[in-house]
Amino acid sequence: MKGKLGLIIKREFNAKVRNKSFIIMTILAPFLMVAMGFLIIYLGKANDSKIKKIAFVDQANLLKENTFEDTNAVKYIDLTSIGVEAAKKESEDKEYYGLLTIPKQDSLELLATDISFYSKKTPNTIVVESLEKKIESNLRNKKLHRLGIDIAKIKSAKISADIKLTNFSGEETSKFMNSIKVGIGSFAGYLIMMFIMIFGTSVMRSVIEEKTSRIIEVIISSIKPFQLMMGKIIGNALAGLTQFAIWGVLITIISIVASFVFGISFGEMPATNVSTQQMEIAKEIMADGKIQSLITELRSQLPWVSMLVYFILYFLGGYLLYSAIYAAIGAAVDSETDTQQFMPIVMMPLMLAVYVGFVAVMKDPNGPIAVAFSIIPLTSPIVMLMRIPFGVPISQIIISLILLILNFVLFVWLAAKIYRVGILMYGKKPSYKEIYKWMKYKG
Amino acid sequence: MNNLLVVENVTKQFGDFTALNNVSISVPKNSIFGLLGPNGAGKTTLIRIINQITMPDSGKVLFDGKPLKPEDVHTIGYLPEERGLYKNMKVGEQAIYLAMLKGMSKKDAKENLKYWFDKFDIASWWNKKISELSKGQAQKIQFVITVMHKPKLLIFDEVFSGLDPINANLIRDEILELRKNGTTIIFSTHRMESVEELCDHIALLDHSNKILEGNLNDIKKEFKTNTFEVGLNSDNNDALEKEISERFSISKASYKSLENDLKLNIKLGVNNTSSDLIQYLSSKAQVNHFVEIIPNASDIFIQAVKNNSNEG
Repeated sequence: MKGKLGLIIKREFNAKVRNKSFIIMTILAPFLMVAMGFLIIYLGKANDSKIKKIAFVDQANLLKENTFEDTNAVKYIDLTSIGVEAAKKESEDKEYYGLLTIPKQDSLELLATDISFYSKKTPNTIVVESLEKKIESNLRNKKLHRLGIDIAKIKSAKISADIKLTNFSGEETSKFMNSIKVGIGSFAGYLIMMFIMIFGTSVMRSVIEEKTSRIIEVIISSIKPFQLMMGKIIGNALAGLTQFAIWGVLITIISIVASFVFGISFGEMPATNVSTQQMEIAKEIMADGKIQSLITELRSQLPWVSMLVYFILYFLGGYLLYSAIYAAIGAAVDSETDTQQFMPIVMMPLMLAVYVGFVAVMKDPNGPIAVAFSIIPLTSPIVMLMRIPFGVPISQIIISLILLILNFVLFVWLAAKIYRVGILMYGKKPSYKEIYKWMKYKG
Repeated sequence: MNNLLVVENVTKQFGDFTALNNVSISVPKNSIFGLLGPNGAGKTTLIRIINQITMPDSGKVLFDGKPLKPEDVHTIGYLPEERGLYKNMKVGEQAIYLAMLKGMSKKDAKENLKYWFDKFDIASWWNKKISELSKGQAQKIQFVITVMHKPKLLIFDEVFSGLDPINANLIRDEILELRKNGTTIIFSTHRMESVEELCDHIALLDHSNKILEGNLNDIKKEFKTNTFEVGLNSDNNDALEKEISERFSISKASYKSLENDLKLNIKLGVNNTSSDLIQYLSSKAQVNHFVEIIPNASDIFIQAVKNNSNEG
């Protein structure tokens, strides 16, 4: 009997991987994905390819002590000497990105509301924001000066607080580490969801094919439906994993080759996407030499090995469970168009899991809602993976894995049951009520 | 133990609907057993129970004297009425896969398949996909797949449907040869001429009940009405007919003959024998034709179903 399961797995795997569309997608998809990545980078670059030249007329002498600094992307030109009207004309003629005018005003408050930016097109908000920041800080300094406060003293009084987060067993962590953990958790959860949505339906199609080709009764007189369903799920899962692995390898190779050929690297993501604030934080971290300690923290604090093990367990468990649900749907219908009414069964728990993951887990990884949803089988693969980087008691993991496996077997059994009863009623579109009735039929 | 398969008091319900009601049949070893009945009588359900596709609510099934067990599917071959194969799988590969699911080793499956392909002269189909074959060709493959694991019991549900006369004859000959080699065959069909031709035992299902079972010849004897078809020649056929009708219940008969005979069906009473009748007739006229009417399977089928619905 065990040999038969192997036979079915082998056939399902072969039927899937020898399919022309499978072969085409396996080879083509990585190229498309890499091309898409390059396109995004290229478009981002093309968008701000030119160095922006910004002219300014500073009649209030606001920028005298602390003026703009040129960067790779923006160059500043001082046109104060030629006056506003001439500067406007020159900016237009020379096609500058824009012109900033700071008129002379009596009070700083009036001045603050009287600064203008002239440009041909609506300016990039990030550019405007950085201009505002500079002006604000200059205005603040001027005001402080007028109030008779020593700026140097204020600067020296600036202290940045950094609360150290330590758990009771003495492991230190940091806010930065926290966001890394959130990132890893969400990436893993998201990956599972994508995988289920892309590959889960292939089991369903394979079950439906058996019904439309009418081979079902021949097969089912040789083997138990449970074995058939199990074989189908495992065979299709293996095919999906194979495709996934090939994609991973191909994408890596293609991107390396492509970056050599085109001279673009994925490191150069569009710089404008990072706001100046984040840049400053990053700069600060680098300057303080914190980066070194962060790397050691990353190495020592996150349980990489167990995280990988859990990822594989939950990835497989979740994928198999949802495959079994897809198989049950396939068993209940005669054609793919009939599957629509059952799709919420798959989509709702997935969406709920992602939602709970992003809301509850990030707020409190060990709160009651996060714990509950990481144990309930339909949501556990996603929610638990999001929690794992924060540390989860082993007892919870064991309980949730056992429930996951039990539910998988339960759904395979259910799919087999529906499949067996379903052959007795060809061509009838079943309702939920009818399927409930089928469950009650004996054997 | 002369029965390969015994079904005892099997009942099967689907919700409120009773598909089989206390049905028992015995299929003798090495027989061709016709499982007959109108549409919806429960034939397919019974066949599915024998194939362990579905389980009976009550009653039991004995195979070779022992209760049916999961491994027995290896020694049963089933050609369902709703048939089909994987469309995108190659013929040879598919046949070997299905034979292996029936418990054969890969080597044996390959050898057997070669034997059958050579026998049917279809070796060139080995690497074709089912979707490249015609419907009749696919039927042939399906037949080979059903028999290639050398089952003790073969179950054919409407085996001839979709086959042209040449292929139907080919399959019929194969069925007879399989029986000669010791296989027991259950044969479910609506086509009474093939029942007449092939079956030695029959069981008749109607409205979830078995209404008739036994050796086909015994059943025919049971169903014959002691009626004789005769052709008579006399000077005055009309007067003769009138005279006979006073002694026997008669009706007009129709068969082909060279003479312009008086053609009658004469039903004898319980006390008369055929020699009484022939004596009487030959004293009145020249007897050109004298045959006992034996009911065919079709007549029995119709008669039994009619009786059953009258009683019900």
